[in-house]
Amino acid sequence: MPIRTEPMTINLGPQHPSTHGVFRLRVTFDGEEILEVEPIFGYLHRGTEKLAEERNYVQIVTLTDRLDYVSSMINNQAYCIGVEKLLGVEVPLRGQYLRTITAELQRIASHLMGIGFFMQDLGTLGTPLMYCFRTRERILDLFEMLCGARVTVSYMRPGGVFADAPEDFWPALARFMEDWETEFGEIEQLILENEIVLMRCRGVSPLPLETAINCSVSGPVLRASGLAWDWRKMDPYDAYDKVEFDVPTATNGDNYDRFWVRIQEIHQSARIIRQCVEQIEPGEVRLKLPLVLRAEPGAEAYGRVEASKGELAFYLVSDGGISPYRCKIRSPSQINLTVTEHLLVGWKLADMIVTLGSLDINMGEVDR
Amino acid sequence: MYGLAMAKGMLVTLKNFAKKPFTVQYPEERVKQHPRFRGEEFVWYEERCTGCASCAKFCPLGIIKIVTSPSETAPLQGDKYRLEVFDIDISRCMFCGLCVEACPYDALFMGSGFEQSAYSRKGRVIDIDQLRQAEKLPSTYFRPQLESASYKPQEGQPLDWVDVGRESWRWHEREKAGMRLQPSDASPEAISIGSPDEGRGVVEPVNEEIEEAGTVSAEETT
Repeated sequence: MPIRTEPMTINLGPQHPSTHGVFRLRVTFDGEEILEVEPIFGYLHRGTEKLAEERNYVQIVTLTDRLDYVSSMINNQAYCIGVEKLLGVEVPLRGQYLRTITAELQRIASHLMGIGFFMQDLGTLGTPLMYCFRTRERILDLFEMLCGARVTVSYMRPGGVFADAPEDFWPALARFMEDWETEFGEIEQLILENEIVLMRCRGVSPLPLETAINCSVSGPVLRASGLAWDWRKMDPYDAYDKVEFDVPTATNGDNYDRFWVRIQEIHQSARIIRQCVEQIEPGEVRLKLPLVLRAEPGAEAYGRVEASKGELAFYLVSDGGISPYRCKIRSPSQINLTVTEHLLVGWKLADMIVTLGSLDINMGEVDR
Repeated sequence: MYGLAMAKGMLVTLKNFAKKPFTVQYPEERVKQHPRFRGEEFVWYEERCTGCASCAKFCPLGIIKIVTSPSETAPLQGDKYRLEVFDIDISRCMFCGLCVEACPYDALFMGSGFEQSAYSRKGRVIDIDQLRQAEKLPSTYFRPQLESASYKPQEGQPLDWVDVGRESWRWHEREKAGMRLQPSDASPEAISIGSPDEGRGVVEPVNEEIEEAGTVSAEETT
C-alpha cells in the first residue's frame, strides 16, 4: 500500500558550503525525489558592469580579476581582447604567446579546482582536493613569479601583457611541466576509475544535447553532451591558431562525463603550453599605447574567449570617452546554471549536490 | 573487477604516506616570495616624487590622497610641487599595482610585506611620515631596471633613491622648496644599479627623457 506523502520545500543556502559561494536553491521534494528546483542568485552582486562604466580601460582589468576568481587570467584575456577589437590593434607575437601560456596554466588551475570540489561534493574528505590543490599551488607560484600576485593577477593589459616573464620563470615552468605529469597521474589513478565515483556519477543527471544547445550552455558542460564547441578552435584568438590540440567530447552528458571532459582538457592544456614554450620567440610584449585609452565614438566590440567554464565575453560600447559606455559581461557560469532545473528534477537529494558540483559554477561570475 | 580501482587508489595513498607533506606550517615556515610580489607598505622615494599625482589619478579605487601646493621656486622649470598630504588607504587597497605603473618618475614602488594589521580602519592609512620612514625594500614589479640588476627585496637590502630609477633627473641635484633632500651619496652597502652617476646633472627637457626611458607616457589623464 503506497504511503501518501506531502511535498516538502527545503531551502539550500545561501551560505551552504556546497553551493560554491552564496547561492540559494529552493527545492521541493517528494520524499527524496526532487519535484521542483528554483535557483536564486544575486547575493554576490557587486555591480561590475556599472563600475566598469566609470573606470578607464586599463583600470577595468582589475575588476575582471574578481569575476571568476579561480580563473582570473582568462578573464583578463577576454576583456583585453574586447578592448583590442574596440581599438583595432593587434598584440605583439610574444605577448600573444605569453597570454596563451598563462591562460592555459589558469585553465589547468581552474579545472583542478573544479575536479577537487566535485570530489568534495561526492563526499571524499579532502584527499583528492588536496592533491588538486598541490598542483594548483605550483601554478599560483608561477603566477606570483610572473606578475606578483597569485589569484588577482591583473597580468594582461589592453595591447599585451604588462611585462615579460622574468628569467627564472622559464626553468620553473619547465620543472612544473615535468612534475605535473606524475602529480596529475596520481589524481587520475586515485579517482578516475574508482567504483564509488562511477556508481555515483555515471548516468546521473544527463543533459541531452538538444536541451544544452537550447539553454545556450557552453564549455565542458556542453562538450560533455557531445558537441565539440570550443572558441579556441572555432574563432582562434591569441596564439591558439598556431598550436595543435584536440577538443575532448563525451556522449552522455552525465556527471561523470562532465568530470571526465575536464580531466581530458587539462591534458590538452598541457599540450598547448608545451608547444607555446617551444614556439615563443623574443620580442615586444606590449604595444605602445597611451596609458589612458580612448576608442572611437560609437565603436563596439565583442571580445570572446573560451574560459575554463565556457564562453566568456565582454561586449564593449564606446562613446569616445575614457571609459566604456557599456560593458556587458556574458559569464558562462550564469548561463550554465540555468539548466539546473533540467538536470535536477526527477533525481534524488543525494545527487543534487554532486550535479551542482559537476557544473563547476563560480558565484563571483554568476552575480558579477 | 570490483575493488581493483580501489586498490590502485590506495596505492597512491600509500605512496604519498611516505612523502614529505606539501603543506607549509605558516608562521614558522614560509614559502619563498618572488621579487615581483605586489605587497603592502609602498616604497616611496620622496626625492623622486614630483607630486604629479599620476598614481592618485590612476588608482581604480581612488584611495591615494595627495595634497600639494606650488613650491617657492618656479614651478615651470621642471620643479616639483610641495607635498603636504600623501595618504594611502591600505585597508581598501587591492594591490593591483596600477599606481606603480602610472608613476613616470619611478618614485612609487610596491612593497613586499603582507602581514600587517591594525585595530581600526584609520590605523591602516599610511600617511606621508610612515611612507618616509618605511624600509626601502622595493618590489621589482613593473620596474625592469631592478629586475635586470636581479634585485631581490626579500634579501632585505634597502635601496637608496639614486639606485632605483631608470634615469637620474636634474632636479635631484638641488634641494627643492620644502623637501628634505638627503645627500645623494649612497650608503656603502647599497647596491648600485646601472651607473647612477652617469647622466646626472644633465639638463634636458623632461618629456624627452621619459620617452627615452621607454615608459608609456601618460598622454591623457583624467
